[in-house]
Amino acid sequence: MSGVTIRDLGKAFLKEDGAATQALAGVNLEISDEEFVCLVGPSGCGKTTLLRIIAGLETATTGGVTVDGRAVTGPDPKCGMVFQEYSLFPWRRVIDNVAFGLEMKGVAKEERRRTADYYLELVGLSQFRDAYPYELSGGMRQRVAIARALANDPDVLLMDEPFGALDAQTRNRMQKELLSLWEQTKKTIVFVTHSVDEAVYLSDRIVVLSPRPGSIREIIDIPWSRPRDRTSAEFAEVRRRVLRMIDETENAQ
Amino acid sequence: MNRQTQKRLLGIAALIVAAVIWQIVAEYVVGRSFILPSVTDVAGAFVNLLGSGTLLADITVSLEHFGIGLLAAFLLGVPIGILMGWFRVADFLLDPIIEILRPIPPLAWIPFAIIWFGLTTQAAGFVIFAGAFFPILTATYSGFRDVPKVFVEAGKVLGCDTSFELIRYVALPAAVPAIASGIRIAMGVGWMCLVAAEMFGVSRYGLGYQLWHNYYLHQMPNVVVYMLILGLAGLIIDRIFRNYVDGQLLRWRAGEVA
Repeated sequence: MSGVTIRDLGKAFLKEDGAATQALAGVNLEISDEEFVCLVGPSGCGKTTLLRIIAGLETATTGGVTVDGRAVTGPDPKCGMVFQEYSLFPWRRVIDNVAFGLEMKGVAKEERRRTADYYLELVGLSQFRDAYPYELSGGMRQRVAIARALANDPDVLLMDEPFGALDAQTRNRMQKELLSLWEQTKKTIVFVTHSVDEAVYLSDRIVVLSPRPGSIREIIDIPWSRPRDRTSAEFAEVRRRVLRMIDETENAQ
Repeated sequence: MNRQTQKRLLGIAALIVAAVIWQIVAEYVVGRSFILPSVTDVAGAFVNLLGSGTLLADITVSLEHFGIGLLAAFLLGVPIGILMGWFRVADFLLDPIIEILRPIPPLAWIPFAIIWFGLTTQAAGFVIFAGAFFPILTATYSGFRDVPKVFVEAGKVLGCDTSFELIRYVALPAAVPAIASGIRIAMGVGWMCLVAAEMFGVSRYGLGYQLWHNYYLHQMPNVVVYMLILGLAGLIIDRIFRNYVDGQLLRWRAGEVA
């Protein structure tokens, strides 16, 4: 069991002048094992903050998060994270980037390289194992970042707009590859995105957040099989529904 | 003729022209070797000095002073820079002290260098240290402050639990380019301090020492020889370091220069 449970979660940021901004309030969400959930919402609704709290990179002001039944108190290799910005360590070769988490765990060099090779193979970048990150394109860097997160064998994979900086075609290809990785590795994935299209294409459930203070406005089940057809009527219908929801809340501000 | 050879040929031509003008001015306009030694005077002095055999000892002793100063600056500057760049409390504590000490010209430390170390190699090393320490410290400090936040967070989620691990595996490698350029600046400043550091006679040899010694003997062509050697050695040291850094440390930033 590798589910994520979020209970009565609230987060307030203190500003310089001492005033507090409520970023999240009363968020309750149950994410089950091997589920693919996307968080969407208008800008500033706190979806990234929510993800960062699950990762242990921010602390909740009220309520809490449990992963796999254990409360999150700080960053933990059990929660892998893929960032929006390019986060590969530029001074390490691709293979040693992927092996980084295992190195921190104290796994011997031979073994961690073997594991890293396996995950590089999985994301289709074996031939770049000895390259440095600057030699890779944006899409390849994010694939390596995914391999690096997976190499730690996390229970949950958190992704913060990982394809946000990629061009449309690369993005579509990455989405396909991510789904195939998900099917192979059976990780629970929590995925933050700006793109409703991406959310409908990828997720089992779309969690729509309302703006500041962010809370869950609606959860939409998408029970269709994959790969999904972006041009189908039902796809367009769901996309329209979610977009309208985000628009309404944005205008209500 | 391609650009590169063109550049080289023009450079050599300019040097020759400068030498000729120098020679003409020294010989026919000034006319006194004491005021302005001519090219041929200097060349002759150089040959004589080669024959007398102290040049190698001078270079060795100077490199020793320089090495002591730079090594000490590195061994103290990098750790203190790391502390201040990583821990806010260390920054708040040390920053006022650093800010007061830093603007003091390195050569102003000479009296205390002599009082504390006597007329020793270490005294000369200390003056060079006073010049080289702050560039290394501030470069390390800002290198650590500028480590992208996403690298630190990636390190944390991948299993770096302690500040030590984050510094060792994430922040320090990320700051290496900044530290390297700090060292390069420090080497320039340290080399400048060398002449003054050897002025007060800590040794019988040394490029800076000989410069002053020959001045007292009114051997101005020799002074020019030592000036040129000081310049050339500074250039070579800088080139060697730059090539090393570019080649070894910064393979991951191909094409960028420290």
